Amino acid sequence: MQQALLVSVFVVASCGLAYELIAAALASYVLGDSVTQFSTVIGTYLFAMGVGSWLSKYIVRDLIGRFVQIELLIGVVGGSSAAALFFTFVWAPEPFKLMLYFLVFILGMLVGLEIPLIMRILKRDLAFKDVVSQVLTFDYLGALAVSILFPVLLVPHLGLVRSALMFGLLNVLVALWALWLFRAQIPSVAWLRGQALAAAVVLIGAFAVAGEATSFAETQLYADEIVHAESSPYQRIVVTRWKDDLRLHLNNNLQFSSRDEYRYHEALVHPGLATLPGAKRVLVLGGGDGLAVREILKYPQVESVTLVDLDPAMTRLFSSAPALRALNGSALSSPKVNVVNADALVWLEESRERFDFVVIDFPDPSNFSIGKLYSAAFYRLLEKHLTETGLAVVQSTSPLYARQSFWSIVTTLESVGFVATPYHALVPSFGEWGFVLVSRRPYRSPETYPVETRFLTPALTPSLFEFPGDMARVEAEVNQLNNQVLVRYFEKEWRHVIR
Amino acid sequence: MDRRDFLSSVSAVASAALLPACAPTDQLPTPPGRLLGNAHALGHRLRTGTIPAPSETRRLPVLIVGGGIGGLSAGWKLNKAGFHDFLIAELEPELGGNSRGVQTPAGPCPLAAHYLPLPGTQAVAVRELLAELGVLQDDPRAQRPHYDERYLCATPQERMYRHGLWQDGLWPQIGVGDRDRAQYARFQQLMASYRQRQAFAVPMVLSRRTPDLLALDRLSMRDWLLSQQLDSPPLHWYVDYACRDDYGTGIAEVSAWAGIHYFACRSGEAANAEGDTVLTAPDGNAWLARGLANGIGDRVMTGALVHRVADSGRHIAVDVWLPAEERSLRIEAAQLIWAAPLFLVPRIFVGYDRLKAAARQFSHAPWLVANLTVSALPTSGAGVPMAWDNVLYDSPGLGYVVSTHQQMRLHQGAAVLTYYRALSAQAPAAGREVLLQRSREAWAEEVLADLEKAHADIRALTLQIDIALLGHAMVRPVPGFVWGGAREPFAADSPRLRFAHADVSGLSIFEEAQYRGVLAAERTLRRLGVRFSSSLV
Repeated sequence: MQQALLVSVFVVASCGLAYELIAAALASYVLGDSVTQFSTVIGTYLFAMGVGSWLSKYIVRDLIGRFVQIELLIGVVGGSSAAALFFTFVWAPEPFKLMLYFLVFILGMLVGLEIPLIMRILKRDLAFKDVVSQVLTFDYLGALAVSILFPVLLVPHLGLVRSALMFGLLNVLVALWALWLFRAQIPSVAWLRGQALAAAVVLIGAFAVAGEATSFAETQLYADEIVHAESSPYQRIVVTRWKDDLRLHLNNNLQFSSRDEYRYHEALVHPGLATLPGAKRVLVLGGGDGLAVREILKYPQVESVTLVDLDPAMTRLFSSAPALRALNGSALSSPKVNVVNADALVWLEESRERFDFVVIDFPDPSNFSIGKLYSAAFYRLLEKHLTETGLAVVQSTSPLYARQSFWSIVTTLESVGFVATPYHALVPSFGEWGFVLVSRRPYRSPETYPVETRFLTPALTPSLFEFPGDMARVEAEVNQLNNQVLVRYFEKEWRHVIR
Repeated sequence: MDRRDFLSSVSAVASAALLPACAPTDQLPTPPGRLLGNAHALGHRLRTGTIPAPSETRRLPVLIVGGGIGGLSAGWKLNKAGFHDFLIAELEPELGGNSRGVQTPAGPCPLAAHYLPLPGTQAVAVRELLAELGVLQDDPRAQRPHYDERYLCATPQERMYRHGLWQDGLWPQIGVGDRDRAQYARFQQLMASYRQRQAFAVPMVLSRRTPDLLALDRLSMRDWLLSQQLDSPPLHWYVDYACRDDYGTGIAEVSAWAGIHYFACRSGEAANAEGDTVLTAPDGNAWLARGLANGIGDRVMTGALVHRVADSGRHIAVDVWLPAEERSLRIEAAQLIWAAPLFLVPRIFVGYDRLKAAARQFSHAPWLVANLTVSALPTSGAGVPMAWDNVLYDSPGLGYVVSTHQQMRLHQGAAVLTYYRALSAQAPAAGREVLLQRSREAWAEEVLADLEKAHADIRALTLQIDIALLGHAMVRPVPGFVWGGAREPFAADSPRLRFAHADVSGLSIFEEAQYRGVLAAERTLRRLGVRFSSSLV
């Protein structure tokens, strides 16, 4: 009898800690800032346990029956706590915090009632010093077991929702066991047994459907629906959709969001191309999504667009998937467009062609390999492919978040003899973004746009070339292959932005 | 596709045939490859002596024996002076010597020499060549000229693997104590003061010869370090690494003069790079050899083994065996420029007793160079990212350089890792024996085992391992050698015979080979009465 009660102390203690951990983990999972979530959840829980312990003195009759009822209550409330919090956050995020602390308080209070009750039950047969020592020993052992199992087994294999349901079931089983052990001492055994069985059925049922329900909730919550995912030899391509927002991720880096990509691509193409009524031949390096090409094809004078993108999987995807074709206006299928799947650098070294307008849309200079594509040596190579009156535009990372990086690109372009004209535009998905136009002659921004634009207007245009105080030019070195200062600036600056 | 995929795509029958019976089944077989290097078999015919007598005699104003950097530099200077009546006889099928390149499925890579430090103002001929090749884009005599960015080693230049972590540069920085750091600083201070005195120069003949400096040649680098109370183990590792890398010989056997020369001779600067930047290219120094050979390619005889040199009073008779034509040829040269390694002199020269005695005092270090063609660069590993030169601490090897480092590419595909190892643990002759005894497969396995310490995936990525065995790769500047008199007879001028090899300087580096070649050509031009402007002053 005593042993059995001590085993139930162990189980009860495990469950108690488990609910606390689950609530804290879930809160930090959805709200972030795990330090705050853990400390406030644990604090509330411990305080509520104190309240429960204090309230325990008011339970005077039928200790075992009350204990069984408390166990059932904890089992149902605690077992469903994770699911309840989760679904609350997905469908009604507003009262989430209220719900969280309410549940944590109720659970803490109920758990706080358990141990005093068990001690009082045991006190009938044991000396006080033995009761305290044995009960607390098993209480702490239970806590230890869960604290180890929780991160190692439970979260990875069961997930938070099903872990909670499993602990709920354990509480109900303790209740059933107690009913059987003390069947002689409890007045209304049958009624309690009925309640316990009902609780068990509810929890088991919930456990069975929990997997699907949570994955459904998770799709609502975290990852947008993944509409395409493939791994090419060069990168991992993932396209997601959330409502009307299509997003492209390459190696987990967001490339565009269809909600505001027009801002980026209009800013990339039109300030340059709108000033070149004679532009016939256009080159795009990078940009296999065809979105820059879509903007370029708005100009009737453009006779040919050469798109050089390394990855055939990218250009294939963006010239075949209906949703993506709709986005780029089937640009890659235009008879004017010549898609070349080659390393842009190799192609540039081997080609002798010259272009009136060149769009350089490489990834940000986040490592030494990509840093070479922003070097003076690369820009000297670019210079050979630009006609006398030609313009090139270089995507140049954010002048706000990576200010010195941006101005280092400008300085590098100037060092090879180009006239560099920096400008910027706000793209909400990315933030304030920078571009540099380069030419052999001074550049004059367009007074009107001969094509349809959603973002750019003639009135807005002069402001793109104005750099406010926090993005104004700073001293920066020329990025050379043998110093790669740009990669060092970039690493330093983005480290402050991304936590 | 890595090699694991490739092998599994080949049928099971084929892979079973590839697997040696004794290989553990969970291990990939040794990657295939070629055995490269010098024509040992041909060279060893010199000892066995079964060479046909000359069937033809030809007269020639100038014969150059050896088509490495020394011989090519001699030809380069003669040609520039407008003197075209010469011939270069080279044993190997290709010119360049230690500066040859190798072709692999992943593009070119070095056979041996792979970089040139920025030349100081005293290295006049080096600067002249670089300007000619368009790499030095300025007045060749400028203190800090501008260089073509594509040849300046791209950042990051060097990294070193120790305790499971790659660190920036070669000086051990992580896991060393304050005492070590204090010794680094003192060592660097000592080197800086030698540099300030301009005590050591390239070319080495311009070095100061005060008694205190010459005394350095009589003790080993290790003894010198200890005499300066420099005993930090990581410092000794670093200096030993440098000596093995430059001389194929450890600090216990390199003279302190040569050891310090390496650290204190560099004075080159550039307008657009730090002074410690080096010039390099995918195929190492082969571009320099090609630059020297420009315009003299029609005056080269390859696959030609010179097996007898005798002074006949009016000219020097040189017997050349042409194995491909199964005959020998006697060339009666009015002037001979010997640009082959000097250890050959006792075996080939008839008479010349003083030269032969001096030549026997030379010793040469055996080297192994492995070129690993990899389908992709190995995972960079913890610490700083992949550099051009990647060195392993506590390794018998000297690390590897990456052939594609200078390329500008979005996607890093296949590449060649050139792995170096000087067999400096034993005496040169014993080292050569070990070198030639082992099979290509055995060496390939040793190289893989060394690299696997830092790159667990190297075996799966390696498609091919070409092993070059260089038995007499470089001259060893052991104590007493450089300034002990053995070099003198070869450095001196004589009426008909001149020596043009880095061996003559006692330091096996590009600059010395070129200096000796140009010097021999200029002395020859003077004898011939041809007017020229010197490339040495």
